[in-house]
Amino acid sequence: MARSRKIPATKYPVERFTLDNGLRVVLTPDRSAPVVGVAVVYDVGIRSEPEGRTGFAHLFEHLMFQGSENLEKLAHFRHVQGAGGTFNGSTHLDYTDYFEVLPAGALERALFLEADRMRGPRLTEENLKNQIDVVKEEIRVNVLNRPYGGFPWLKLPPVMFSTFPNAHDGYGSFDDLESATVDDAKAFFDRYYASGNATLAVAGDFDVARATEMIRRHFGDVPARPAPPLPDFDEPGPTAERRDVYTDRLAPLAGVASAWRVPDPIGKFADYLPFVVLAEVLTDGEASRLVERLVQRDRSVTSIGGYIGFMGDEFGVRNPTALLLQAHMPPGGDADKVLRTVDEELDRLVHDGLTPGELERTQARIATHLLRDTDSVLGRALPMAVLELQRGRPELLNELPKLIGEVTEAEIVTAAATLRPERRSTVEVLPGVAS
Amino acid sequence: MSDKSLPDLVPDAKLKLPKQAERTLPGGLTVIAIRRTSVPLVELRLRVPFSKAPLARATLLSQALFTGTGTMSSVDIAAELQAVGGGLSAGLDPDRLLVTGNALASGLDRMLEILAAVLTDPAYPKSEVATERDRLVDHLQVALQQPSHLARTALLKRMYGKHPYAVQTPEPEQIQAVRPTQLRSLHADRVRPNGAVLVLVGDINPEKAIDAAEKALGSWTGPGRDETVPGTPPLESGPVLLVDRPGSVQSSLRMALPAVSRTDPKYAALQLANLIFGGYFSSRWVENMREDKGYTYGPQTSIEHYLAGSALMVAAEVATEVTGPSMLETLYELGRIASLPPGEEELEQARRYALGTLRLGMSTQAGLAGLASMYASFGLRLQHLSEHSAALATVTLEEVAEVASEFLAPSRAVTVVLGDAAKIAGPLAALTPVERDLP
Repeated sequence: MARSRKIPATKYPVERFTLDNGLRVVLTPDRSAPVVGVAVVYDVGIRSEPEGRTGFAHLFEHLMFQGSENLEKLAHFRHVQGAGGTFNGSTHLDYTDYFEVLPAGALERALFLEADRMRGPRLTEENLKNQIDVVKEEIRVNVLNRPYGGFPWLKLPPVMFSTFPNAHDGYGSFDDLESATVDDAKAFFDRYYASGNATLAVAGDFDVARATEMIRRHFGDVPARPAPPLPDFDEPGPTAERRDVYTDRLAPLAGVASAWRVPDPIGKFADYLPFVVLAEVLTDGEASRLVERLVQRDRSVTSIGGYIGFMGDEFGVRNPTALLLQAHMPPGGDADKVLRTVDEELDRLVHDGLTPGELERTQARIATHLLRDTDSVLGRALPMAVLELQRGRPELLNELPKLIGEVTEAEIVTAAATLRPERRSTVEVLPGVAS
Repeated sequence: MSDKSLPDLVPDAKLKLPKQAERTLPGGLTVIAIRRTSVPLVELRLRVPFSKAPLARATLLSQALFTGTGTMSSVDIAAELQAVGGGLSAGLDPDRLLVTGNALASGLDRMLEILAAVLTDPAYPKSEVATERDRLVDHLQVALQQPSHLARTALLKRMYGKHPYAVQTPEPEQIQAVRPTQLRSLHADRVRPNGAVLVLVGDINPEKAIDAAEKALGSWTGPGRDETVPGTPPLESGPVLLVDRPGSVQSSLRMALPAVSRTDPKYAALQLANLIFGGYFSSRWVENMREDKGYTYGPQTSIEHYLAGSALMVAAEVATEVTGPSMLETLYELGRIASLPPGEEELEQARRYALGTLRLGMSTQAGLAGLASMYASFGLRLQHLSEHSAALATVTLEEVAEVASEFLAPSRAVTVVLGDAAKIAGPLAALTPVERDLP
């Protein structure tokens, strides 16, 4: 069976510097395709939004596209797309990102656009009201008008966590969204959208010296503001099993999701990494342990997935976070039986270890996924900006396939041994329509 | 306000196509290999002609393609692929069976061997097929609760009538009735190399990659069945079809408009007209519906191409209470672009977007593989990118205005709205004739 394979690595160059205003910059040139990716990441996310303002970090992300010092409403979109580029932004638990991918000749334009909104977005009543409406439609599309909306990323945190930052709905309640004011937005920008609280990464086809000069010219006069103190969102983990159940009026079949706390992804990185591999050993593909057992043999679930971080961003999340398993069941499915089988398989892994080749093939597949993601300029700019922001180590992106490849069987077994029923939080979704 | 002004764009360098090779094997399979060495991986795409295959069997076949061979179980296949960092999966569209995969570049030979075994020595074991059948049925049950799926199903029926494209998703009961022997005979009949195209892109030597494909897949032979789908019928506009979804908090607004194929002389102009209307964020319809009115989150329009015809599709999920006003703005924007020429700057912005995103699409192994495979299934090669770029660069305002009046006229639209009929029938009927979808 599979002999151990050498896991290849990337060698993307990494240049780092910090501007006088505190903005940290990462450059990773690669001239193999005439495109560039630009990412700006701010150290604020869902966990930092105030009580009574659920969904505000995401709403504010929308407001960052509504015009800025030198740009009218709609101008940002038109300037990026009119340069042949694409754009987006996304709000995570611990950070918010903004990015563009463009033909190489549009790099300076993207830098200008990002610097302009770092100096300050145009926060008006009209734009706020418009984007509250847009966000409400986003929530209707993704949560309210479809089966399994928000399962489990919005449904499991309130079961697992006790404190507001970790437990609340990151999309936000309509009441909270409608209560948001322009003053809230101004205060949020002043506190969190500081040059000292952000990173900029540029990946792709550019000359380092020229890009450095452009970055200094466009971002150099962004007023210096320091980062706010980094909050510690840690809370004690569950000591007894936690359960919740709800009915989804649009779901035809039952589902179940469980989560277990894992070590601090940054402070305890060496202890954390085995959980990343474990999630794949358990659920990546038909040959993984839980798919083989639950889908193929028992047919007690129709699909099962495992990952770390409620938003699947295992290298962009801070403590506390969790390893999640989520499964959908056939008609008449029994969540308790599924959970008992998961426990049984975890016990088997802990007592009998892995089978020959099981670890190596899982590591090889993870390497492919990691390498594939870095093939796009955005797949380098974005994670490097986040790694710089959270760890000061953007070059970790090059090292991940190798580090994943060095995780040992003993470490996997140790990790699996912590996934005990009494440390588990579970949410079950019941069907609201007959199938 | 400072005096900062928008930096100029540095003009793009000439479009450069990657190094590639192509060979048609004796069995009829065409292999295209493209070199992009950015990461040590290889991407694989295989498209096999599957027009007019019986829908339920073909859908289950695509789901069960990797369930076993004469010597390997489904778990063996998955484990052996994983060992080289690989994975393969299959899908179906109305024209083709599509296999998608990737692996570490060092694992190309092994991935091809496994693919060959799946293609030439399929087992469709009873138990594994039963598992996949149940999974597919459950998946279809979920799809039947998805508004986007329901709206598309209703629109396709309206667009295509008795044409084979009218139904693209089987009913759960039809899947329940499929037996493994039927999959084996469908596989023997239709999973054939004649007319199929394999695309390999990555950190490879193109000639050597084709040699490897020839070695592994040389035994894949047998006559292909040439099924030609008749051309799609012209769209017949009529009253808006209202499909009831009681309690829906949004309405799914869908329209189909006529379009032309990628090789039609009018295509570049139509692509730009579509962009100006609704095909990207900075379009009239998106700026109006989302950024001005706040009616919707992600409205989009796109041109869909099938072998037997093309169509321009319009889609938005809008709040139930603004369904009427959303229809009003949509009809207004269609009427505006069909009746009045667009502005010069609007056209240049759309043109730069079309040309730029074409480069972005070529900048990754996966992007190149998808593009080369999709083009190949329409008989085109990557070189078509250069020709299409040249066409986009020279389209005139008059040409855009002309295609817009021909193809984007609201009077030509086939329209479906899925939503809470009790709340939206009245507001829609105020604007346009409405017909209820009777169960």
